[in-house]
Formats: sequence, C-alpha cells, structure tokens
Amino acid sequence: MIPPAFDYARPASVDEAVRVLADAGEEAKVLAGGQSLLPLLRLRLAFPELVVDVGRIPGLRGVREDGNTLVIGAMTTHHDVIHDPLVRRHAGLLASATATVADPAVRHRGTLGGSLAHADPAGDLPAVVLALDGELVAQGPRGRRTLPARDFFVDYLQSALEPDELLVEVRVPKADGWGFHYEKFHQVAQSWATVGVAVLVRRDDGHIAEARVGLTNMGSTPLRASETEDALSGAGDAAAVTRAAEAAAEGTRPSQDVSASPEYREHLARVLTRRAVLAAAGMG
Amino acid sequence: MTHISVKVDGTTYEDDVEPRLLLVHYLRDRLGLTGTPIGCDTSNCGACTVELDGVSVKSCSVLAVQADGGEVTTVEGLAQDGELSALQRAFHEKHALQCGYCTPGMLMAARDLLREHPHPTSEEIRHALEGNLCRCTGYQNIVRAVQAASEQEVPA
Ligand SMILES: Cc1cc2nc3c(=O)[nH]c(=O)nc-3n(C[C@H](O)[C@H](O)[C@H](O)COP(=O)(O)OP(=O)(O)OC[C@H]3O[C@@H](n4cnc5c(N)ncnc54)[C@H](O)[C@@H]3O)c2cc1C
Ligand code: FES
Ligand code: FES
Repeated sequence: MIPPAFDYARPASVDEAVRVLADAGEEAKVLAGGQSLLPLLRLRLAFPELVVDVGRIPGLRGVREDGNTLVIGAMTTHHDVIHDPLVRRHAGLLASATATVADPAVRHRGTLGGSLAHADPAGDLPAVVLALDGELVAQGPRGRRTLPARDFFVDYLQSALEPDELLVEVRVPKADGWGFHYEKFHQVAQSWATVGVAVLVRRDDGHIAEARVGLTNMGSTPLRASETEDALSGAGDAAAVTRAAEAAAEGTRPSQDVSASPEYREHLARVLTRRAVLAAAGMG
Repeated sequence: MTHISVKVDGTTYEDDVEPRLLLVHYLRDRLGLTGTPIGCDTSNCGACTVELDGVSVKSCSVLAVQADGGEVTTVEGLAQDGELSALQRAFHEKHALQCGYCTPGMLMAARDLLREHPHPTSEEIRHALEGNLCRCTGYQNIVRAVQAASEQEVPA
C-alpha cells in the first residue's frame, strides 16, 4: 500500500534534528533505517505529519571505545554491528544476536538505535542490550541524558524518549571474558522471536560466578530473569543450570498471539534459558 | 515535493517526488523499470530487492527521497549488451524459476551474497536468501544455481 502523505525533513546535525522535532511536537516521527517505520506507514498504522530523516547526520554511525565501554552510534546498521571488530571482540552477544535479526537486506538498512527506540518486546536487541547492562544516550533541547536500559523500555512500543529527543548512542560495558549466547525460537526463518533468551556468564574455576539473562517477548518490555540469575551463581553442572532455568518465567507476563499462548511462552522461556546458559557457559 | 537525483542502472534521473513515494514505485511507475516487482505489503517477500549504494535493500521499504544522491542497480541493469550475467545464466540453466516472480529479488540477494562470500556453502546460500520467498520452486534449484554461479570466476 501507499503510505499516507507527510512532510519530510533531512536535518544535517543532531542539533538541527532536535530543533525540528521540538517545533513539530507529537506529530513528527524520526526515520532511521525505516525497517519498522516504513512497514507501519505502508499498512497505514502510523500517520505522522512530519518525517525527520536522520540518515545523513554525520557522527551517528560507527563504533568506538571509551575506556571499558563500547560506544555504538544509534545509526549503526545491523550489518555493520555484525561485522564490526570491536563489537565482535567486546560484545559478542550483540553481534551474534544481531545476526538473527530479519534478513540481509533488512540488516543493511535497519539500525541498532531504531530497534531500541522502537521498543518492540519481540525485537531481539532490547533484551540483549538489557542483558549487557547497556545505557542509552538521548539528546534533546535540554541537552543530553543517559538512561540505563532497564529504565529505557517503558511499555509495548514505548520508550522513555521524549518526542523531541533523539537516541544518539548506545553504551555497553565491555564483556571481555564472559561467555554468551542468544537462543531464539521462531517459526519461519525470517520471523520474529516467539521467545528469545540472551545470556552472559562469567565463569570462575568451573563454576558460574555471575549470570545475566535477558528475555525477548515475555512481556510488554524486555525483561531480566532475575530469579534465574541469582540461582545460577555458583552453578557448576548441567543439573544446577536446569534447576535455575526453571525460574526463568517468574515475574513475566507474556502475551497471547497467533503463534503462542502465555503458558507455551513460559515453557519456552525455561527451555531456551537452559539451552542458552549451557551454551554460554560451555557446559553443553 | 522534494527534488531528488538518483542514478539507476547507469542513468542519472532528476525528479520532484512526494516524500511518501516508495523507491519501488519510483522505479516502476516513474521510470518504467517494471523488472522489479512488488510481492507483499509487509516487507517480507524480497521480490522488490535492488541494490542501493552497493548493498541489497527491499525497495518497498526505502523512500525515493532516501535514495537521493545514491546509485541503484535493478535486475534490469545486470545484463550487459544483451549478455546475461553469470548468475542470470545459472538461474536459466539450473531451472531456478517457474513463474519468475521472485527471480529479480533472488538475483539481487544472491549477488549480494556472492560479493561478500564468493564461494558460499549451500547452508550459507539458504541463510542469505532467507528474506526472499519463492512459492514455486521449493528453493532447491535456486540454491543450485547460486552454487553454480559461484564456481565461475566472473562477476555475478
Ligand atoms: C521483514 C522484517 C523482519 C524483521 N525481523 C526482525 C527480527 O527478527 N528481530 C528484530 O529485532 N527486528 C526485526 N525487524 C525490525 C528491524 O530490526 C528494524 O531494523 C528495527 O526494528 C528498526 O530499526 P530502523 O533503523 O529501521 O528504525 P525505523 O524504522 O527508522 O524507526 C523505528 C522507530 O524508532 C524511532 N527511531 C528510530 N531511530 C531513532 C532515534 N535515533 N531516536 C529516536 N527515535 C528513533 C522511529 O521514529 C520509529 O518510531 C524486522 C523488520 C522487517 C522489515
Ligand atoms: S514487496 Fe515484498 S518485500 Fe518488498
Ligand atoms: S518462481 Fe514463482 S515465486 Fe519463485
């Protein structure tokens, strides 16, 4: 279908983008890679008066190091994230999970920032950035602010960004030495996750010293499986991991849709968590 | 209206377009390049795949204004002087199409793969084509065709 009519702006800097957004109020939409926004427009599920294309703003794309933190520009495409040597070395979980997103053509356009700002709990990257203890940096007319991932995802398709704020970068602590795995269950190759589980583990002397578990599509926002995380500390074998994974669905509120019931999603969360932790810890 | 300048299959076009115009509609309706079909409303089928600035994109999911200043290659730009490319010939020879609706997108996605991985395994080919749906062939011959093309030392 043909999208509804809208005005178009292509600001040349973050400052200009923020000014344009502030002037337009609630009626403007940021356009990053367009791989979520354009399908919504084509299906006439969104009616912005103004589309603000941030695709040409210099400096929003690329990855750099800042001490023990990796700084990823919001406009870095999925394709670039997957192939970036710094991401692969220091945040392998993000690279490997991004490789499961959509298909190559979508990954050439879609961006990390767009995936996070879109705040779809079925998206793979929100749970991954949550498990990485990432932070999101937003810039608005009142300057910059940094939000921990756990405060960024507010509700279904709703982030903590104000309408006049632009997500400019994603900061993740380097996870050197941590084992990682993203386990995604989906029905056909290119479809979204029915449930996904993002796991990071730090091992010490054959035991899991610390674990972080992020859940995709187990509620209206990405979630951490905190009970499982606690139960995993000290786990030294597959039986202990299996016991800890039994708590993976505690505190979640998964939705009902054509591909799964809430009960089935809870079951998947437990099974996929066990698999993901075993793989991340090299115990599989 | 927004003014754009786009190079498509080697020719530069200057046009005033509505911002909401999709690249695929620009190619088909404005430039008459109907070799690139539209197969869905949900960005899933990949039939509309073209190259924008050297990488595959779904032209139904890009605005024409986003291609401003860029370079587009469609399936119509693959044959040179009436000679099919190695990949097109392989599709022909391996019977990689029946109705042909998915073929332009398959060719563009496969070209993209062969640029990054000149000698892919059949597993890699299947992964690279996951964004392209074919409702006729069962994919077997498409994978064979890409493999056959990858064994030739000429551009896809
Ligand atoms: C066929 C298909 C399959 C897909 N499969 C998957 C999948 O399996 N897993 C998955 O995770 N995703 C999937 N996606 C979505 C894909 O990952 C998108 O790239 C991503 O959701 C959005 O990124 P984008 O850059 O395209 O954002 P856009 O579509 O441009 O924007 C999305 C939303 O975020 C806002 N926004 C974007 N950038 C910013 C910013 N910097 N600051 C403030 N607001 C911003 C926009 O206003 C809009 O509301 C799929 C998409 C398609 C078309
Ligand atoms: S027409 Fe189906 S993906 Fe573009
Ligand atoms: S040949 Fe008919 S859809 Fe592929």
